[in-house]
Amino acid sequence: TTTTTHVSEAEKVGEVLLPGDEFCFQTDDTISLTDPGRPEKVVCGPGLRRSGDRLLVCKSGVLRHKQPNMFWMDSQQRRYVPAKGETVIGIVTVKSGDVFKVDFGGSEQASLSYLAFEGRPRGTVGDLVFSQFIIANKDMEPELVCMDSSGRANGMGVFGGGGLLFIVSLGLVRRLLAPHSEVLADLQQLFPCELVLGMNGRLWVRSSSIQQTLVIANLLQSCDTMTAQQRQQLFRRVAQGAL
Amino acid sequence: MEACGSSSVSLREFGCEQSLLSRPDGSASFTQGDTSVLAAVYGPAEVKVSKEIYDRATLEVLIQPKVGLPGVRERSQEQCVRETCEASLLLTLHPRSSLTLILQVIHDAGSLLSCCLNAACMALMDAGLPMSCLFCGVTCAIDTDGQIITDPTAAQEKESRALMTFAVDSKDRKVLMSLTKGSFSVHESRAMSAICFRSTIRWFFFRFYLHITDISYF
Repeated sequence: TTTTTHVSEAEKVGEVLLPGDEFCFQTDDTISLTDPGRPEKVVCGPGLRRSGDRLLVCKSGVLRHKQPNMFWMDSQQRRYVPAKGETVIGIVTVKSGDVFKVDFGGSEQASLSYLAFEGRPRGTVGDLVFSQFIIANKDMEPELVCMDSSGRANGMGVFGGGGLLFIVSLGLVRRLLAPHSEVLADLQQLFPCELVLGMNGRLWVRSSSIQQTLVIANLLQSCDTMTAQQRQQLFRRVAQGAL
Repeated sequence: MEACGSSSVSLREFGCEQSLLSRPDGSASFTQGDTSVLAAVYGPAEVKVSKEIYDRATLEVLIQPKVGLPGVRERSQEQCVRETCEASLLLTLHPRSSLTLILQVIHDAGSLLSCCLNAACMALMDAGLPMSCLFCGVTCAIDTDGQIITDPTAAQEKESRALMTFAVDSKDRKVLMSLTKGSFSVHESRAMSAICFRSTIRWFFFRFYLHITDISYF
């Protein structure tokens, strides 16, 4: 016999959930035509799938909630799956016809058209390019562009001289990109540096000397699995040692 | 991180460690008594055109024995693990990609297939692959007296009359896969599956999974 527990979603926010857990919403399936109120709409983010009026968890992690109606699973991952609108650092692998082929660490390479740059496309095989996904779903080849919807580069394009590219987990990049990020605030007190964050887990850093660049790269790679206190201790030790 | 479970009457002491390898996308090591298996998952990654499936991911399982090259026995164990994983993974979310699961036998002291299944499930969870449910593997044996032993050691397996391995899913507690060896009656097979489904075993393994995940999200 199977027992399905109907748990309200509010109780589960902040808890660790495993694949197979489910919770449901007490909403009506019918929308009244005379009622002025709007039906409750819930947005499922990554890690959650909808089946009827129930939400199924498909990745293990912590359930997060953002007002008014967004739910998602905060999970740890190393492999990047492309999503539309995300900015990533890619490496140009093929320059052919009128399109670049860019490797961003996913299951296939993305295409980047020559026309998707603000000026002339300047890049050869092996260059780093910071771009944004315009087509990214499971059925089609992903496509990148180096300009936003108004046609301006907005910080995207080919870059890379003099810096170091390294790989971290996706969770750390999301923590660095979050508003009021503590990790970024701690890092800014160390050395001045130029940092490019790709949501595919690739970071690029350039500082005033090679040694400082290596120090920052090592720090970011190691603070992935540390608690906040351990990280602050480590940063303080490095700051004292550098002076 | 590591966690060890306490030994009960029927299960040997078991432990698990996740994210111990730096190159794969997910890795886990599972230990049941002296039997230990290390699992690594790569994916979703590029797939060869000859192996690609247009609407779902291609799952490949490789079991490397401790000594020697993989043989027919490893191929049959790989098929069991692959069918269990395909039943619980949401493969349609990554069409035309490949998922590779590599299991390395560190030591075999009985109940190897169930240890492989448990290590595989922990590695798939560590890699963050979308799954519809978790699964766990349990082995039990009937010895010459007719006694049912769960999680047998290698010596108990050799002397047993029949050996059964089940893969059970976490959501509906149904059997995903079963592999049997030896001769046993229908009544005995029902008794063995009931014992495998006993709440202590279910509770142990799945509560344990929850505990493991709890540790990694401070």
